[in-house]
Amino acid sequence: MQSRPLILDLPRLALLSLAAFVVLAPYIWMVAVSVKPQDEVFKASLSLIPQKWALVENYGKVLATIPIWTYIVNGLIVCFGILFFQILFAVPAAYALAKLNFRGRELVFGFVMLGLLVPYQTTALPLYLGIHQLGLLNSYTALIAPFTCSVFAIFLFRQFFRAIPDDLINAARIDGMGEFSIVWRVVLPNALPAATAFAIFSVVAHWNDLFWPLIVIQKGDLYTPAMGILAFRSVEAGEDYGALMAAALLVTAPLVLAFLLAQRRFIEGITMTGLKG
Amino acid sequence: MATVADWGPASCPWKTPMADVAMQSPAVKAPTARARTLRGDAGIAWLLTLPAILAYCAMILLPLLAVLALAFTDYEFGARSFRWIGFGNFADMLGDRSFSASIRNTVIYCLFVAPLSIGIALGLAVLIEAGARGRAFWRAVFFLPVVSLTVAMATAWQYLLHPSIGPVNALLRMVGAGTPNWLGSSDWVIVSLGFIGVWENVGFNLVLFLAGLTAIPRELYAASEIDGARSGWSKFWLVTWPMLGPTMLFVIIITMTRSIRVFDTVQTLTQGGPNNASEVLLRTIYQEGFHYFRFGYSAAITLVFLVIVLGLMLIQTRLIDRRVHYG
Repeated sequence: MQSRPLILDLPRLALLSLAAFVVLAPYIWMVAVSVKPQDEVFKASLSLIPQKWALVENYGKVLATIPIWTYIVNGLIVCFGILFFQILFAVPAAYALAKLNFRGRELVFGFVMLGLLVPYQTTALPLYLGIHQLGLLNSYTALIAPFTCSVFAIFLFRQFFRAIPDDLINAARIDGMGEFSIVWRVVLPNALPAATAFAIFSVVAHWNDLFWPLIVIQKGDLYTPAMGILAFRSVEAGEDYGALMAAALLVTAPLVLAFLLAQRRFIEGITMTGLKG
Repeated sequence: MATVADWGPASCPWKTPMADVAMQSPAVKAPTARARTLRGDAGIAWLLTLPAILAYCAMILLPLLAVLALAFTDYEFGARSFRWIGFGNFADMLGDRSFSASIRNTVIYCLFVAPLSIGIALGLAVLIEAGARGRAFWRAVFFLPVVSLTVAMATAWQYLLHPSIGPVNALLRMVGAGTPNWLGSSDWVIVSLGFIGVWENVGFNLVLFLAGLTAIPRELYAASEIDGARSGWSKFWLVTWPMLGPTMLFVIIITMTRSIRVFDTVQTLTQGGPNNASEVLLRTIYQEGFHYFRFGYSAAITLVFLVIVLGLMLIQTRLIDRRVHYG
């Protein structure tokens, strides 16, 4: 199977190429239109290369109209803020559930399983009420706090921690380590693949999220990348496709580049953890 | 994370008393390290789980109970008081045209996206698996939409599907076919959004299928050849299809739970229009709650949404319990 001659492999490659073209079409035209002047965009030609380049105009317009770097930085702060607390809360809990025997463990784990069944959109209304009561609408706290407890992280880490030999943990105890340092210095480093997978899953999910930021953020300076694109569309009345594609490309690029650099880890991370959806 | 790690062993006061107890009771055999793991230290365990428990209560459990309660009230955001109205909100749904449109569209969307994205993903997975050339490349290409910002990519699709200047219609004009207003006409809008949904989901399903295919023992294909399955087609139905059974069930449920949560593309491209033709469940929840501030009604729709998602998950666990394991 490995060494099939190219000629026999051609029909297969042709079919795959056709499908790949459909999948890549929005990316191809996104790049092409982002460097086209407006009159060429409206000509509705299929050509990809502009006759007159408008790279500076289109990207310049994006940078002049919306603070896109601020949006990207906001996105980074929110994603890594969420990830930080998710790890901070989930890892010790997962360790206790996996390796310590205590009354109520089954109950705690039952609640974890219950949490796994609840899509986060379900709790949006009361969370909004609470955040409003605390006067925290339009803040990083509002964007980060609702996601700090990831039952999925607890579940995933528990599975991985169970595979760590008890002897390793006991050796650390004999060396005089306390449980807290065992968690962070022994257990977590031994589950780095799980941690990486979860980190990728979490960052991708929250970078791309629109539902929650749309609810709690009204002020432009706290917009996430997804909201930034929406705002730019309404400012532009949605018809200057050159600038719109330039903006879309700028906010899509960070994750796509990261994905291209570490494809295997991304695919593993999202499909393993994405089981939650 | 660093701060916690820096506490170090010195600041773990509970360690010392434990050791003391062990030494002060010579009658009891000093617990071995293993025994200690099994006996466990309830105090430490609760301390380790406490942050997660507090966050869980505040962010998941209490809000969940609150949604349950809200659904049976007429509470509107900003109102000073509210009344318990029993199943009033649910009765209202029956006569609400925008809600019934929303349910209908969500069902159509799921029934469009799930079979197509699963069928196409399976076809592509078999094609990729059938040869050695460019495996990692194809996988990466088809997976790209999964990591791309949906709002931005939806905008790119809006351009591609633009009725007058979009390349899709330019292509259709060239071959002399009709040029629908993809996102602007109520006949086409849910199909167009569904197509974007398929585009988004294929890569995810493809990777799950690839994993399933790799797990099929090669000998089975050799055995099927002996049994007379010569063509790739008959090998597929004889070996691949039954062996993929468990993966298939799993992929179906995953795709359904993913596509029932469609929101970003609708909010970006059509905002439910034209004339409610693309109103979907999550957008109705958003609209009723955060646009009209009818929190009670929105909470009731949220419960409907939750029940549907739970129903799908129940089917999944039922099927997984019963699923047949070959090999």
